[in-house]
Amino acid sequence: MTALRKLTVTEFKLFLREPMVVFFAIAFPSVLVGILGNVDEFQKVDPALGGARVIDLYVTIAATFVLAMLGLQAAPAVLATYREKGILRRMSTTPVHPTNMLAAQLIANVTIALVSAALVFTVGRVAFDVALPRQIVGFAVAFTFTAAAVFAVGIFVAAVAPNGKAANGIGAVLFFPLMFFAGLWAPRETMSPVLRRIGDFTPLGAGEQALHDAASGAWPGAGSLLVLVAYVVAFGLAAARLFRWE
Amino acid sequence: MPIIEVDGLRKRYGDQVAVDDVSFAVDEGEIFGILGPNGAGKTTTVECVAGLRAPDDGRISVLGLDPRADRAGLRQVVGIQLQESQLPEKLTVAETLDLYSSFYPDPADWRDLVADLGLATKLRTRFGKLSGGQKQRLSIALALIGRPRIAILDELTTGLDPQARRDTWQLIKEVRDRGVTIVLVTHFMEEAERLCDRLAVIDAGRVVALDTPAGLVARVGAEQRIRFRPSEPLDDRLLTELPEVTSVTRDGSRVLVTGNDDVLLAVVTVLAREKIRPTDLRVEQATLDDAFVALTGRSINADEETKA
Repeated sequence: MTALRKLTVTEFKLFLREPMVVFFAIAFPSVLVGILGNVDEFQKVDPALGGARVIDLYVTIAATFVLAMLGLQAAPAVLATYREKGILRRMSTTPVHPTNMLAAQLIANVTIALVSAALVFTVGRVAFDVALPRQIVGFAVAFTFTAAAVFAVGIFVAAVAPNGKAANGIGAVLFFPLMFFAGLWAPRETMSPVLRRIGDFTPLGAGEQALHDAASGAWPGAGSLLVLVAYVVAFGLAAARLFRWE
Repeated sequence: MPIIEVDGLRKRYGDQVAVDDVSFAVDEGEIFGILGPNGAGKTTTVECVAGLRAPDDGRISVLGLDPRADRAGLRQVVGIQLQESQLPEKLTVAETLDLYSSFYPDPADWRDLVADLGLATKLRTRFGKLSGGQKQRLSIALALIGRPRIAILDELTTGLDPQARRDTWQLIKEVRDRGVTIVLVTHFMEEAERLCDRLAVIDAGRVVALDTPAGLVARVGAEQRIRFRPSEPLDDRLLTELPEVTSVTRDGSRVLVTGNDDVLLAVVTVLAREKIRPTDLRVEQATLDDAFVALTGRSINADEETKA
């Protein structure tokens, strides 16, 4: 247990030593909310969005962005680099199996995601009067399921990428289309029904929907949660089969 | 009582036979060397001993444990320094040692280790900023941090400058004196000769000799070579008739005499009697290099010389 704790603290430290990752995972999502919130148009109640404002939607989109940044970009690159450099192999010569490293990565990244998402909601609440999630248990469930799905895909990427650079590349290639379906460029509520339907079956689209439902006071939809579970099972099993320590 | 026993080890990668038939036993408290050219199967052999690879055939016992079946038990008692194994670039030396000591139930004090390894002034330096030699020494520290009973060190002093190399040899001797058995993989003759109590010479996946460094040298003969320039003309027959001398040859103005252990005294006595002074006198004994060439038919660094 002390080894896992030390590993987790170490992964936190290493995270904080990567200024670009820190910026995109922690500062950027809140800055994004801050900038969009200052656009007058986005502050106006829009009947087409069911009486919500654009800024209300962007808070959960930014929370999804945090998970995608950490789960698809940061964690896979770190793990693939650790394998490429023989760090996981060295660990496998000690009494502490490298699965502990995987666990430490997950704990560190999910904790960072929680902090960053909390920051996003704080900025939204304080600066633009965006309501905090009303169905708090539902929101925790939605966040957990989305994180699990995104990190399952991320660990799968780390499993198939031959090195850190490749993991970075694959992560980036997945990041942009998946964030599109989560509504980063245009909220899901403004998408055509077809695009929105496709988005329902992507991890970040389903995740954003679940987070959004819970934020606006409903229980996350069973359909969204089911899609997320499917990603966890499919990519989790594939990653478990394919992941190599060396 | 052997602490490591390897019997009939075989390992292939696809069509490539890495280890063909390797057997040896390591006694407790010795520094056992595995010597051979690049690609001889040295690393594969120790990786099987360490339980990192499954052998295709053969039996291995380490402190009575099967390295594959009892991997968990093995890792508590065996420390390994692997070739080309790095660490996170942005982790400092102190953080790395602190982390790795948390992996063992009763770790060594890493402050002592870094002092012994000359890393005490580098504790706050990040791994990525260390020199090759410093990285290597940190790697050795990590192999020793769990107070192993056996330390396996693969190409221990690669990348170290001559002074660091000698310091590292001294450290390894001290570690052995504390009762740790050491298995040293090397293709570096001087290291094998200075450090190892016994050596297995491996070539093309097979053990071609297993002996002490002196024993291996003795196999190529206890022949001594003397070179000198005589100050006065010298009749070769004065030397060839000595029973200690086996041959006398000339190389320009230099005379090369070979013979048994007592040849030097015999030759010098004759020269003194004849009032001939041997200038530029050199006495050469067979080295481990000569033994290696005799055993394998080529120099250990032949590959590298071709590459260079």
